[in-house]
Amino acid sequence: MLTRRIFLKNGSMAMLSLGFAPAFFERAAQAAQTKRKVLVTIFQRGAVDGLNMIVPFGEKAYYQARPSIAVPQPGQPNGALDLDGFFGLHPRMAPLHQYFTRGELAIVNATGSHDPTRSHFDAQDYMESGTPGTKSTRDGWLNRYLHAKEHEQASAFRAVSLTQQLPRALQGKAPALAIDQLGRFGVRAGESGEMMQASFEAQYAAAADAMLRPTGKDAFDAVKQLQSVDIAKYTPQNGAVYPNSGYGQALKQIAQLIRANMGLEVAFAESGNWDHHANEGPQIANRLDDFAGGIAAFARDLGDGMADVVVLTMSEFGRTVAENGARGTDHGHGNAMLLLGGNVKGGKIYGTWPGLEREQRYEGRDLAITTDFRDVFSQALRGHLGATDTSQVFPGYTVGRTLGVI
Amino acid sequence: MKANFFSPGRLVAAAVAVGLGVAVPLAGQSAPAADTDTVVHVLNRLGYGPRPGDVDRVSQIGVAAYIEQQLHPERLPDTTLAQRLTAFPTIGLSTREIARDYYGPAEAIRRAEQRAEGRAGQPATPPTPATMTGDTMMMGQPGQPGRPAREQASPELQAARQKEQQILQDLMQARLVRAITSEHQLEETLVDFWFNHFNVFAGKGQVRVYLTEYEREAIRPHVLGNFRDMLGAVAESPAMLFYLDNFQNVDPKSAQKQADGQQERLEQARARPAIAGGRGRGMAAGRTQTEQQQEQQEQRLMQARNRGLNENYARELMELHTIGVDAGYTQADVVAVARAFTGWTIDRPRDGGTFQFNAQMHDNDAKVVMGTKITGGGKKDGEAVLDLLANHPSTATFIATKLARRFVSDEPPASVVDRAAKVFLSSKGDLREVTRAIVTSPEFFSAEARRAKVKTPLEFVASAVRASGANVTVVQPLVQALRDQGMPLYGAQPPTGWGDTAEDWVNTGALLKRLNFAIELAGGRFRGVRINVRQLAPDTSEATRDALVSKLVALPISSITRDTLSKAESPQHLIALTLGSPEFQKR
Repeated sequence: MLTRRIFLKNGSMAMLSLGFAPAFFERAAQAAQTKRKVLVTIFQRGAVDGLNMIVPFGEKAYYQARPSIAVPQPGQPNGALDLDGFFGLHPRMAPLHQYFTRGELAIVNATGSHDPTRSHFDAQDYMESGTPGTKSTRDGWLNRYLHAKEHEQASAFRAVSLTQQLPRALQGKAPALAIDQLGRFGVRAGESGEMMQASFEAQYAAAADAMLRPTGKDAFDAVKQLQSVDIAKYTPQNGAVYPNSGYGQALKQIAQLIRANMGLEVAFAESGNWDHHANEGPQIANRLDDFAGGIAAFARDLGDGMADVVVLTMSEFGRTVAENGARGTDHGHGNAMLLLGGNVKGGKIYGTWPGLEREQRYEGRDLAITTDFRDVFSQALRGHLGATDTSQVFPGYTVGRTLGVI
Repeated sequence: MKANFFSPGRLVAAAVAVGLGVAVPLAGQSAPAADTDTVVHVLNRLGYGPRPGDVDRVSQIGVAAYIEQQLHPERLPDTTLAQRLTAFPTIGLSTREIARDYYGPAEAIRRAEQRAEGRAGQPATPPTPATMTGDTMMMGQPGQPGRPAREQASPELQAARQKEQQILQDLMQARLVRAITSEHQLEETLVDFWFNHFNVFAGKGQVRVYLTEYEREAIRPHVLGNFRDMLGAVAESPAMLFYLDNFQNVDPKSAQKQADGQQERLEQARARPAIAGGRGRGMAAGRTQTEQQQEQQEQRLMQARNRGLNENYARELMELHTIGVDAGYTQADVVAVARAFTGWTIDRPRDGGTFQFNAQMHDNDAKVVMGTKITGGGKKDGEAVLDLLANHPSTATFIATKLARRFVSDEPPASVVDRAAKVFLSSKGDLREVTRAIVTSPEFFSAEARRAKVKTPLEFVASAVRASGANVTVVQPLVQALRDQGMPLYGAQPPTGWGDTAEDWVNTGALLKRLNFAIELAGGRFRGVRINVRQLAPDTSEATRDALVSKLVALPISSITRDTLSKAESPQHLIALTLGSPEFQKR
């Protein structure tokens, strides 16, 4: 794909280099040599209740507004796990507590999009396009980052979403793959698979079309690259056990791609069902179990490899400070993001805390936003992936103050 | 080859000569016998490619007559399709019926279950504008990887959910069946084009409820009609009003008045003493019922204050629906257009909503849109803006460019765009004439335009089924195939819709999915779609290979592709290698 674009842009000059483009083995070898930094993004779709995920147990207003669904203070039965004397983790996020204590997990609080929308659709769209308020943006912020840094040696697995469809954040000009199951990636024709693959490869190598030909080459290179590492035999390391959910399996496959040195740079996974308008308590507990368990298994699996990996979580908006009449919460505003791994300066909670008293809330009801979500994304791109300029990634936005989280 | 091309003059003459004789073979009369390449080109561009026998049929009546037929679908019976569409009863229902009978029951059960889960004696939370925009598709659907199913859905809810899913399923399946089966191939292509031009996304809240009526009433009747009519129908459609938020577009002055009313009620409520003994059964600890009511009222007040001018529709109306982003309008124009559309809203949005002009929400003051002063107020303000935009030269060029991109090439020659734009202006947006200007143009028939387009997933899937003469018994797997290949029907999120160039559709992952689709289809392993292998390829002999290529691709293939076919081990492989070939990805 990459070579295709260079070919289209530079015409016949690039044609020469196309002929000498390194074979996939060399590409993979190169990817292995340069220790590639990887950003793993996790989208909590449906708007997680950040106030019950990162519990502000030091706030009187938190307990006043949530008589039946507040997470008790640390030390009490089912109490929060203390982080810094004011905030705590939901008890079902226990597997992540040690990473905070060890200074590897950071939290950015009261973050999100300043756009007032409380529609899941619009807010997710804005968080993925990276252009809140502008609906007609076609590409996503992750793709714009990839596009700005397109390079000849890019692997076909540079950007992979472990989902059925490519999410908005990864849509755009730069190549990106949506693979829901690594084992099903390739030409599937049973016993005749090899023969069919070879025939299609030959057809596309000779295709007259200026796009189909290089894309075909990339596709078959990628298939062979994946075949060469025998993905089916993967066993997680260090005794890591992934949740058996689609989300847990997605994280496991991301770890596989990283361990196999496939040239992965940006990965995407989804965690759903956070829209707890009713009966939130037991539901969010189960969902956080899955969510935190997946991240903890991923970190354990990669072990020292986490030095080159940052996990970044996001959700479209937070939820109301007060619980509603059905022991749930409604659509709100500010929320929390988690960052784990790499050179994340963890063990700390970032972002100015606006408070939860009525007059401190956004529109009198929601956690206010003190950090634009693009400031966090931009930090991940600059501090971890080494981007020098994110003005193309977030057009029209000047990144605010540096949080110093990475 | 050139000798075989029609000159536009001859084409038109031929079209006029045979225009009314729909099913009468006119071979050898005014039009010369068309070469196969031209016939295949026309079938690939006007519609979803040839079925077995189509090339002969079109050759017989002549290309010009075929184009004329396609430009007048109302004269061409489509009985097979009509019969097949009876399998999708909901596509003929009104939004009101759909809301009441299909989405309503599931909604009612969900609310009841919420109430039961909530505290006893406590009223369920009234729906706020926020919860109203439910957006269920964005929260993680059951059964999708990475999206665990919602816990503990009751059997009643499961049954009701199936019923609500039928609406979208019927729509998606009907769209595919039309593409595969309809005799009105050009009309179906145009519905796809215009729906995409005026894109709405099924995953945004109430849009899915309005979608059936939207395509049927606002888009379909106008694709060969008048542009202004379609623009107006879209502007008044609940689907677009919801998708681009115009239903919330309120004159800030009137929003302030509403907020003041809320403020008064709130102050009255505060003045009343709290009801003693209000804490009790089911009460939130430390809060009385009155306090809770006050909080709810405060929330409503904030929301009322927050409402006001919403520019989303105004901006996309100009940027995407009419004049295009480079037409030289300013932010002030966007605001003026937004003001003109204040009060264009949805009456009872959750109850089979219909268009409503709400005079109380409307800003009656004069506005200036791109130098034109709009006065008089009322609904006429918006109508005047639509008139202005529909007849704007930039709109003519914008629409002509997009249509030419669809029918001619990714970068269509300026000559055909100019010609079509002139027809747009002189005919006052007669889309039949604009379409005709493009599909009868020399640029359309030029050598450069042949096989210049890469098929979209819809075009690939529909053309593979058509070319192989497959029998479709279950449509849902084909719907899923489109999703896999990156083109879920009604699933384009941004108002831009899908892109229409090769770059938008050629990528590594999607290419492999096309190859696997070809393998499954040919191997008889694709659920619900049966091809007659024995008829298509009784063996793998050279004669069979030649016949197969002429049937499926209908065009010359590369020597390498020919070579891979000669090595095929079975008829199934032969068919798969043909449908998956680079040649079959083009049209």
